[in-house]
Amino acid sequence: MFDRRKFLLGGTALALSGCKVFDSATDRDSALRALFASHEGLTMSAQRALIGDRIAPEFAEADIRQGQRPNGSVDPDSAAYRQLAETAFRDYQLTVTGLVDTPVTLSLADLTALPSRTQITRHDCVEGWSCIAKWQGVPLGTVLNLAKPKLTARYAVFHCFDAIERSLSGEVFYYESIDLIDAFHPQTILAYAMNGAPLPVANGAPLRLRVERQLGYKMAKYVHTIELTDSLATLGFGKGSYWADRGYEWYAGI
Amino acid sequence: MPNGPLVYRQRLLTRITHWVWAVCLFFLMLTGLQIFNAFPSLHFGKESGFDYNNAILQIGAVDTGGNLRGVTRVLGTEFDTTGFLGVSDGEVRAFPAALTIPSKTSLATGRIIHFFFAWVLVGTLALWFVASALNGRLRQLIPGPADLRALPRDIADHARLRFHHTGEYSVLQKLAYASVLFLALPLMILTGLSMSPGFNAAAPWLLEVFGGRQTARTIHFLTMVALLGFFAVHMAMILLAGPLNEMRSILTGWYRTDGGKDV
Repeated sequence: MFDRRKFLLGGTALALSGCKVFDSATDRDSALRALFASHEGLTMSAQRALIGDRIAPEFAEADIRQGQRPNGSVDPDSAAYRQLAETAFRDYQLTVTGLVDTPVTLSLADLTALPSRTQITRHDCVEGWSCIAKWQGVPLGTVLNLAKPKLTARYAVFHCFDAIERSLSGEVFYYESIDLIDAFHPQTILAYAMNGAPLPVANGAPLRLRVERQLGYKMAKYVHTIELTDSLATLGFGKGSYWADRGYEWYAGI
Repeated sequence: MPNGPLVYRQRLLTRITHWVWAVCLFFLMLTGLQIFNAFPSLHFGKESGFDYNNAILQIGAVDTGGNLRGVTRVLGTEFDTTGFLGVSDGEVRAFPAALTIPSKTSLATGRIIHFFFAWVLVGTLALWFVASALNGRLRQLIPGPADLRALPRDIADHARLRFHHTGEYSVLQKLAYASVLFLALPLMILTGLSMSPGFNAAAPWLLEVFGGRQTARTIHFLTMVALLGFFAVHMAMILLAGPLNEMRSILTGWYRTDGGKDV
């Protein structure tokens, strides 16, 4: 009987200490973290093999039962953004640059004049919640084609107005990237309207990205520049996005 | 105590996969609770209701005049769970640090460890299924007509803590192991995949089967609770049936059976 109790207590102690033992995995440079993160390439290849160019599920009007829950930045306070917001984004310009033959700048009027796509989709936050909303915008592929991507381009990088953190070296503006497979997917749009109204500031006005087969943090809000590039090494800490640089997966299909 | 001959009961593959699964489930559960803590609320349906209520479980905290209180709401009924759920060590967090990996709050780290062990589990489970289908072991876990006839007797024996040590599983053992391997773990994997927006594009029908992403998330959580229940019973049975003999069989494969007479 005594042995049994000792066994149980020992088991409890192991369970309690077991959790702290793995805390070193939270360090960006730890070998333990690298081991655990080694599945990321496999996860992405497996997902890509399974989904090909299939589309994310779309929903009916009746499935829109609430407003789109905003998350992350909800009201950027940079001077440039405030000024644009005060004049209803009349002077807003989207710049497409980088590995393109003809860099272009487009006003909101230019963007809304292009053929649009409307989709009712589910937004999945990495935290675990989901919210269904209707999005209208220009297919990203249409916009990229206006600038004529060079053959060497592999990624589309999104630069945003919202400073998500203030570090010692200044403000860190949100940045995100996707590869050209997702960029040219028919459901990947630059949305300027949500639930039948102009995109609200809290949800990324005037223009946000929708990448429906990935998690919410991939869908950059307040986008002002799209840069085509062949490498993500020089962006941020080199992982390709604000959140990927902070330990989240760059390919957020799960 | 059994005093009959030793029999070779557990094949090497069974022993290896058993321990790999044990390690996987340990990590999957504790990183799963870390992930759950990022949004400690379970819902039914396609989405999470914020402007309406479709929650079945919510773990939160309320500030009662500088005093933090952990509150768990199950199907509309509130429970004060201060010290365990909602608030622990004076900190607002759904599940306490002792039950999450890592112990501090890190959704990103919880996720990479969770998916790492999810792959290991899926890989070893697939290997075991193929090998066991080929060597006939799979059939030994599925109760047959003779097993079902023996069910009342086996339940009565277990209730009296009379265990038979033979080379074969009893019908309750078969039912327990089969429900974990053929029901709980596949359900865990499928509901987990149903939470992936990428996988949803590959198999939208699976989302329909589960009734939406948030229902899949809820089933994923409840299946974890069921597996925890299995673990508790599994441990109790090992202790009651003779821990040394049981551990020997799952470590070396050799199991001491009953002698001529029942114990």
